[in-house]
Amino acid sequence: MTYECLQQYWWFLVSLLGALLVFLLFVQGANSMIFTLGKTDRERRLIINSTGRKWEFTFTTLVTFGGAFFASFPLFYCTSFGGAYWLWMIILFSFVLQVVSYEFQHKIGNLLGSRTFQCFLVLNGVVGPTLLGGAVATFFNGSNFLVSKDNLVEGIGQPIISGWANASHGLDALLDPWNLVLGVAVFFLARVLGALYILNNVEDATVRQRCRTALPRAAAPFLVLFVAFLVRTLLKDGFAYDPATGVIFMEPYKYFTNLLALWYLPVLLLAGVALVLYGIGRTMLREHYVRGIWPVGIGVVLTVLSLLLDAGLNNTCFYPSNADLQSSLTIANACSSEFTLRTMAWVSLLIPFVVGYIFYAWRMVDRHGLRQQDIDDEESY
Amino acid sequence: MNPLFVNLEPDVVDWARAQFALTAIYHWLFVPLTLGLALIMGIMETLYYRTRKVFWKDTAVFWQRLFGINFAMGVATGIVLEFEFGTNWSNYSWFVGDIFGAPLAIEGIVAFFMESTFVAVMFFGWKKVSAGFHLASTWLTGIGATMSAWWILVANAWMQHPVGCIFNPDSMRNEMDSFLEVALSPLAVNKFIHTVTSSWIIGALFTVAVGCYYLYCKREQRLALASIKIGGIVGLVACLLALHSGDNSAYRVAQVQPMKLAAMEALYQGGHDQALTAVAWVNPFEQPDYANTQEPPLRVALPYALSFLATRDIHGFVPGVNDLLKGGYPRPDGTIEPSVEEKIQRGRQAIGDLKLYREMRASLKGAASDAAMAAELGALTQSLQANMPYFGYGYVKDPAQLVPYIPVCFYAFRAMVGLGTLFILFFAVVLLVAYRSDLTRYRWLLVSAIIMLPLGYIASESGWLVAEFGRQPWAIQDMLPTWVGVSDVKTGSVMLTFFLFLLLFSTLLVVEVSILWRAIRRGPTYEEEA
Repeated sequence: MTYECLQQYWWFLVSLLGALLVFLLFVQGANSMIFTLGKTDRERRLIINSTGRKWEFTFTTLVTFGGAFFASFPLFYCTSFGGAYWLWMIILFSFVLQVVSYEFQHKIGNLLGSRTFQCFLVLNGVVGPTLLGGAVATFFNGSNFLVSKDNLVEGIGQPIISGWANASHGLDALLDPWNLVLGVAVFFLARVLGALYILNNVEDATVRQRCRTALPRAAAPFLVLFVAFLVRTLLKDGFAYDPATGVIFMEPYKYFTNLLALWYLPVLLLAGVALVLYGIGRTMLREHYVRGIWPVGIGVVLTVLSLLLDAGLNNTCFYPSNADLQSSLTIANACSSEFTLRTMAWVSLLIPFVVGYIFYAWRMVDRHGLRQQDIDDEESY
Repeated sequence: MNPLFVNLEPDVVDWARAQFALTAIYHWLFVPLTLGLALIMGIMETLYYRTRKVFWKDTAVFWQRLFGINFAMGVATGIVLEFEFGTNWSNYSWFVGDIFGAPLAIEGIVAFFMESTFVAVMFFGWKKVSAGFHLASTWLTGIGATMSAWWILVANAWMQHPVGCIFNPDSMRNEMDSFLEVALSPLAVNKFIHTVTSSWIIGALFTVAVGCYYLYCKREQRLALASIKIGGIVGLVACLLALHSGDNSAYRVAQVQPMKLAAMEALYQGGHDQALTAVAWVNPFEQPDYANTQEPPLRVALPYALSFLATRDIHGFVPGVNDLLKGGYPRPDGTIEPSVEEKIQRGRQAIGDLKLYREMRASLKGAASDAAMAAELGALTQSLQANMPYFGYGYVKDPAQLVPYIPVCFYAFRAMVGLGTLFILFFAVVLLVAYRSDLTRYRWLLVSAIIMLPLGYIASESGWLVAEFGRQPWAIQDMLPTWVGVSDVKTGSVMLTFFLFLLLFSTLLVVEVSILWRAIRRGPTYEEEA
């Protein structure tokens, strides 16, 4: 593989991890509805125990997403995390609270009370998807950062190569209404996925009925916000670069022309959207259909994958700067060396094996849905 | 410099260091118990699988329950550390991300997924999977956690002794040129063995302490005794392995981080035939006046031991703090150590060469001028690479910045070694009494076992303090001081997140200890009695 191919390959892998992460946000989506789907303590525990058997996958995917970005596009890692300090810190705090909330909430000796930890789960369920969605929206709308590698040799005292152009350290991303639109869309998408997951995983008629009620209430705002964001993104100017000179410039309809230039992107996008609509529609129309999480989940992965590929391929800046256009990051100027990308490409061959054993282990534990009697087990949350 | 950049405040370095230290110290409260209990409960479940005695299943389930309470906090504190490399050390992340990012990504792909997949099977799969699959899941959980330790320690060892990389002036960063050198660096191998075996000691101390608590209260006697025996054996073996790997670690440190060794020993003036300090008075609250002091007062030392530890020769030369600053002594390879002043000059030369190189590259216009400047660029590159080993010294303003805080290194090293030696004796006595006599008759020993547990944590955290305080001011040895690796974030922001983490982790620690204590007091559930 050439260096260019390796850059594209790693952008694909990072995009795939991002797409899987969005799908796995069903954990957060369901947790954001703990008090809606569960009116009694036992019903709430059913939901928590159901997502509690999957939270590690969401969490590990988030960590691996960070690690893979660090290894393959270190300039993004340093610029985004070091610059948008508060945005990422709030996301981190919410995930820290989520992890302990499962293990601690129902244990004897829990000093803060079950309800506190359940509220932590709701907090993570709202904040996590919204801010992650807002962060992803900056891939299309830009952020206020500056990069100047020459600072390393200019300022002997403080030679920092990248920084945020204002004191908000990332919170200004939430002032862009289109970032908020995608953030809130991802929040409602997580709730759609959460309702579908609980519907499939919890064998309790009352909880299932509430999931069916919650589904359209989340699906409607999600579809409106997502379509608005998608249409606006496809029609707006995009951040492009000249591969020969590396010069960055604005190009009309960039994200739309990317879809035309790369034939597999519209295929992925249309297939993804169709599967999402099919899964939601069939679940709403057929009373006994509970497996909607699978078509919707696959559809979400395909849709998000196509959007993230659209943001980074075909000479597009995947992390544009509004403060200084030439500081924008591309898969060519932000990536690791050819040696590192090649070495890590060999490591990535392990991924199918990892996916295989996850799937096998998941099937073994999840052959039957969660029932009321299951939460009486000692090891339950 | 780009005028839009906000001025970096000097305090931000200290607060970023404090925040990383805080989160790492908290993380290191939970990880050793995870690694240690993973081995012990794996042994117990293997005994169940081989004998099919329900007693061993009950025992394994009991320890797995305690493992689960602790595991969550290890995961929660761990995610913060990974992202802090970006949030608080962004310059570092760019300067060495090409090398450092790889172990972190591999840790996620290879270790975290294994750990998170099989820990779910271990907790929820007793009634859903076969005994063999469950046993495999328990071991794979431990193996996943240990592999995670491997990759993060590869990354840490690389910061202490950067190998397998070359500086690229065009990309302005260090780039990996040998993955095997990074992944299998002798320092990393040794660090891994020492860290994992010391974690087994914590797991063993915890098991023995809980077992002795039950014996003291005259309850759960069968489970307690069986656990004490397994914990005692694991603890004794782990102590001996940690002793051996610790000795190797000190030898490696002497080769690649001699200033750390000098700080650990409060060795101000070095020389041949150096003695190893057993005790001495070093004021814990201020940096000693090493420039004008021969040795710390009240020093009691073992003759020749330091020379042997550092060089494997009782007459070997060990440099002290002042020798390292002044240079001029012969290295093991026969070359002469340059003075710090010379290193600073060479570092500044490297930075200057790099600046010139960048300016020339930026001015290239076409093939003809490229050819004309090729020779000049080549000479600059050669000069740059020759001085690159001292690049980080170019950012040093005062040689005193290169001396780590000696009191912390000195006392933490003694706490780690002293307590480690005590644990060998403790496990030997516990095993002797457990196999030859009736442990319940030795109530002082049962109480001692409970006291040993916090001492174990002190020893474990002391080891971390020695490793990390001793390498200051380097984020990457000789390559990048901490004040160059930091992010461009306001001090107030980092202070606020520091106190938020302090509040959050302290609260959660109190909750976890409370839950663990209640779970221990409640005791195991016996299936055969149900």
